[in-house]
Amino acid sequence: MKHIDEYRDRELVLKLSERIAREISRSWNIMEICGGQTHTLMKYSLQQLLPQQINLIHGPGCPVCVTPVEMIDRAIELAMNPGVILASFGDMMRVPGSHTDLLEAKAKGADVRMVYAPLDALQQAMDHPDREVVFFAVGFETTAPAVAMTVREARRRQVPNFSVLVSHVRVPPAMEALLGSELNRIDGFLAAGHVCTVMGEAEYRPIAERYGVPIVITGFEPVDILLGLHTLIGMLEGGRNEVENAYTRSVRPEGNLQAKAIMGEVFDLTDRNWRGIGTIPSSGLRLSQDYEDFDALRRFSLKETQQAEPGVCMAGEILTGRKRPPQCSAFGSACTPEHPKGAPMVSSEGACAAYYAYGSAGEDPRPQESSINEH
Amino acid sequence: MDCPIPISEYEHILLAHGGGGRLTDQLIRRLFYAGLSNELLESGHDGAVLPPLSGKVAMTTDSFVVDPIFFPGGDIGHLAVNGTVNDLVCCGAVPRYLSLAFILEEGLPMEELWRVVRSVGETAERVGVKVVTGDTKVVEKGKGDRIFINTTGIGEVLPGIEIAPARCREGDVVLINGSVGDHGIAIMNARKQVLFDTGVKSDTCSLWGMMSRVLEEVPGIHVLRDPTRGGLASALNEIASASGTGITLYEKEIPVSQGVRGASEVLGLDPLYIANEGKILVILPAEEAERALSVMQSFPEGKESRIIGRVTSENRGLVQLETVIGTSRIVKMITGEQLPRIC
Repeated sequence: MKHIDEYRDRELVLKLSERIAREISRSWNIMEICGGQTHTLMKYSLQQLLPQQINLIHGPGCPVCVTPVEMIDRAIELAMNPGVILASFGDMMRVPGSHTDLLEAKAKGADVRMVYAPLDALQQAMDHPDREVVFFAVGFETTAPAVAMTVREARRRQVPNFSVLVSHVRVPPAMEALLGSELNRIDGFLAAGHVCTVMGEAEYRPIAERYGVPIVITGFEPVDILLGLHTLIGMLEGGRNEVENAYTRSVRPEGNLQAKAIMGEVFDLTDRNWRGIGTIPSSGLRLSQDYEDFDALRRFSLKETQQAEPGVCMAGEILTGRKRPPQCSAFGSACTPEHPKGAPMVSSEGACAAYYAYGSAGEDPRPQESSINEH
Repeated sequence: MDCPIPISEYEHILLAHGGGGRLTDQLIRRLFYAGLSNELLESGHDGAVLPPLSGKVAMTTDSFVVDPIFFPGGDIGHLAVNGTVNDLVCCGAVPRYLSLAFILEEGLPMEELWRVVRSVGETAERVGVKVVTGDTKVVEKGKGDRIFINTTGIGEVLPGIEIAPARCREGDVVLINGSVGDHGIAIMNARKQVLFDTGVKSDTCSLWGMMSRVLEEVPGIHVLRDPTRGGLASALNEIASASGTGITLYEKEIPVSQGVRGASEVLGLDPLYIANEGKILVILPAEEAERALSVMQSFPEGKESRIIGRVTSENRGLVQLETVIGTSRIVKMITGEQLPRIC
């Protein structure tokens, strides 16, 4: 298939991995930000082609995984309201809240509907004028523009029974939180190509400069990831702490100006709690004053509380790359995609789900003593 | 043929059509007999009394709840016959008889029931299997969804044929008769879950015609399996686990149509896990593969047949994939439900 097969080309993959092996002189801790990249690494077993000195750490770029427990609880509370239809992306259905998940709520009679696009939720609201339709808006800067457009459309069409439970998060503040931690050992980042397609490169330059780390904007196919790694190894070996774009077929330096404009119009920045990580300043989006009528929190007077992670899940350590999924005692035994104990086992972008799907259960495909190399 | 219960009489299914009285009788005589006529069905008994069968008897049952009931490439009637027939084929049996039980939702247009009954009749006739007994129940509107069907099939196991998942052996190869994922994507397309028209049609078909010839030519086949729900990956995992062998798949050899690939990329699905309704996995000793392939390829439903993997003694109980880039990984059984009400 055109525009896909080229990026899964065996010759190209081998050429790039040989170059990486030739140019690397020492071990490096590299974090791929996005769960989609983790997924590709596992699906194609790319680590089999990489030198041992590359220690890939899986980052927090899984929107489903970082959605805090209290947001899931609120979504469930809304869904259990008989006057409400809760529309959600399918990924959110199995994510455990403090007591239950949306799928169980649905089985108990809650009207939860899976949608593929936020506009489908708006359509539901127009189709059911007698019900309140709430869209559970989860995602990074990639999905936020589509939600912003939907909210603007809801206002333009004056749809009174539509609102949004906004749980959007932003990547750069999370990178800063990781880099600012005492436990940080990350030498360089593969940044998330789709997020940068919307946001561009500019936000990442101050991070590279302030924390002295190279950042390479990277795509999602095997060739993309190896190209990103090759670029990053070159920068690490040469001591260049800058931002480079290895995903130019999608990312322009300025990003998508239209998408950024509508996000700026509809959303404001807010502090947001990340599941297993804690509150990160300015890391979330909320509806701006102009659009607050569409805020489900306001419309249904929901409480803004914080809930602790239930049970054994060590999502925080997984999402910050301090531990790998097989290092969790519940991985593959008490915690499976059928009975997830935490969000990283649910989402298709979650590191635990990727390890479970593509590795043999309970076994790290590339066994290591500890997760992160100490230099 | 027009619907034998014309619109002027009953435009829709009523609760009384399942009540066992006059309307049920009318439905059976005028609609089911017309669509499915054969002497065993029309005997008017409480059940079918079948002539003696020779050899071992294979029996299987399956329920069909697909939504929507009409989709590109087929309908619930095709599935209800082909699904059960193909399960008999996978037992190495000649499909002989089917039962046919309907659960209908009150208000179902009579015309739609007629279309389904006709497609059951036509499909059964093509295969050479007889619908010999049946049942109809009607549930209140909102308590069902248009039509649910259950079929049970009885077949005669071919003499000298011994097919079972546990017979999978090291040194065997794995064949498939064509591209994977078509049925699942066709259903998603029909439900408008794919935002563009993929042009993909369901692959629903009876595998008996092709496989009767293959079994004749290559009686030493070890395993047959139709990879329906859960797709290719789940079917092979079941076989690997039942036989304690390892199965290695070659990703670049697995046929996937452009439409299925495109939709899978957009929706984040893996074609290895998407349902099929007209595919069969044939596992047999490597030296017999060419003979089986040449028979399969002479049928339209087997034109694209090829070898997609081998059975090994490594990774016992597991399925391993050699990826397009030359690495390898484990392919697990499907987790959860990829897509509800696919068949």
